[in-house]
Amino acid sequence: MSSLIAAARSFLLLEILKGMGLTLKYLFKPKATLNYPYEKGFISPRFRGEHALRRYPNGEERCIACKLCEAICPAQAITIEAEPRPDGSRRTTRYDIDMTKCIYCGFCQEACPVDAIVEGPNFEFAAETRDELYYDKEKLLSNGDRWETEIARNLAADARYR
Amino acid sequence: METLTGFFTSPMMVELMWTVAQIFAVIVPLLIAVAYLTLAERRVIGLMQLRKGPNVVGPFGLLQPFADALKLLSKETILPSGASKAVFVIAPMLTFVLSLVAWAVIPFGEGMVIADVNVGILYLFAISSLGVYGVIMAGWASNSKYPFLGAMRSAAQMISYEVSLGLVIITVIMAAGSLNLTDIVMAQKDMWFFIPLFPMFVIFFISTLAETNRAPFDLPEGESELVAGYFVEYSSMSFALFFLGEYANMILMSGMTTTLFLGGWLPPFDWPILYLIPGPVWFALKVALVLFVFLWVRATTPRYRYDQLMRLGWKIFLPFTLIFVVLTGGVLLGFGLLPQ
Repeated sequence: MSSLIAAARSFLLLEILKGMGLTLKYLFKPKATLNYPYEKGFISPRFRGEHALRRYPNGEERCIACKLCEAICPAQAITIEAEPRPDGSRRTTRYDIDMTKCIYCGFCQEACPVDAIVEGPNFEFAAETRDELYYDKEKLLSNGDRWETEIARNLAADARYR
Repeated sequence: METLTGFFTSPMMVELMWTVAQIFAVIVPLLIAVAYLTLAERRVIGLMQLRKGPNVVGPFGLLQPFADALKLLSKETILPSGASKAVFVIAPMLTFVLSLVAWAVIPFGEGMVIADVNVGILYLFAISSLGVYGVIMAGWASNSKYPFLGAMRSAAQMISYEVSLGLVIITVIMAAGSLNLTDIVMAQKDMWFFIPLFPMFVIFFISTLAETNRAPFDLPEGESELVAGYFVEYSSMSFALFFLGEYANMILMSGMTTTLFLGGWLPPFDWPILYLIPGPVWFALKVALVLFVFLWVRATTPRYRYDQLMRLGWKIFLPFTLIFVVLTGGVLLGFGLLPQ
């Protein structure tokens, strides 16, 4: 008898119909997709995106050329050259990040004693050539200027967990 | 000049031009329908998987098919060095042409048919069976193992399911009493055949899924083991022809289902008010409905295993349809319902 019922079930395509009912229900459910370029997902304050070099409020760059970030970088993506400035302060003359090598681990940010190098919230910096992804000091500082409000807010939000 | 005008106004020439115009009136909407079927498929399956599907190119993504076509056209056509050139080139054309010529006999409305052949259904069946040749030729001419395996699977599957398809068609012919598709539609005036022949309708639909290599019978293109099946080696326009052919075949099979079971161009109820909407619109609506079920099934079912596919075709559908042919014949004869 049970085999008869099983046969009837499979002949009446009950299971397929049940499955199709389910997919039909899903057709009208709200969608999980974000409409990406117009609609973006939430990004944590700790998000490790594009790098930026920050400045103090008076416009002086924060980086003191201690080269801790260069030393800790596991991908060896950072290259720094430094010499003392006429006023005696130690500053970088060169600060390059090869964004194609970078693994976005955030160690540079962790290592930095003056919060100069940070990974900002920007992740939309795709380029058409490799050359555009070899960031120099000028590019990093301009990133810092551009994203300072967001970066400062994120650092403040995350400060108590550090 | 005189002779030229005479030539163009000669009865033969006028008839020829009229036929060509008719053909264009069918082919152009068909190709547009194919383009939008690809979009509809991606949208419907996307929605069923809680995604949105392509919605960026143009309003609601409506220009997506044209963007895709442009992309394919701009690609390089590659002729593999090991391929048999002539056959390799002919195969996609054959597939595409076959998916179009079958429309010659499908009636879109009262008397709206390019060729009112009195064995229309045989022609339709023959053309849809010829589709195997495009697949086999493509698989063989590619001279590469994956296309070959895909073609073998596809051919075996299409032939297997054609058997039950043929038997289903026989029951419809018995019920309608004609091989002419217009007569078959007119025979459904009182009741569409999917009601009395419901099991046959279901089997016919499932067989058309197998016939067009659609999920859950899309083993020929089992991407996990065969990359893409018989058209692996094709690129650019030759690939596009296969692609268009496959979707045109889906529309053709839906058209066939509509003509044989869903009353063709007839409105759902025999009310005069429904006749205000022209037949082709009803036909298109029904075809769209069947096509939606095609997509719906694809979003629902996983792929069959090869032995399950063969078992379903030969051990279930074949005996079941055979029994039903006898049963239908017996009932029609016993109750004197045979159409005159």
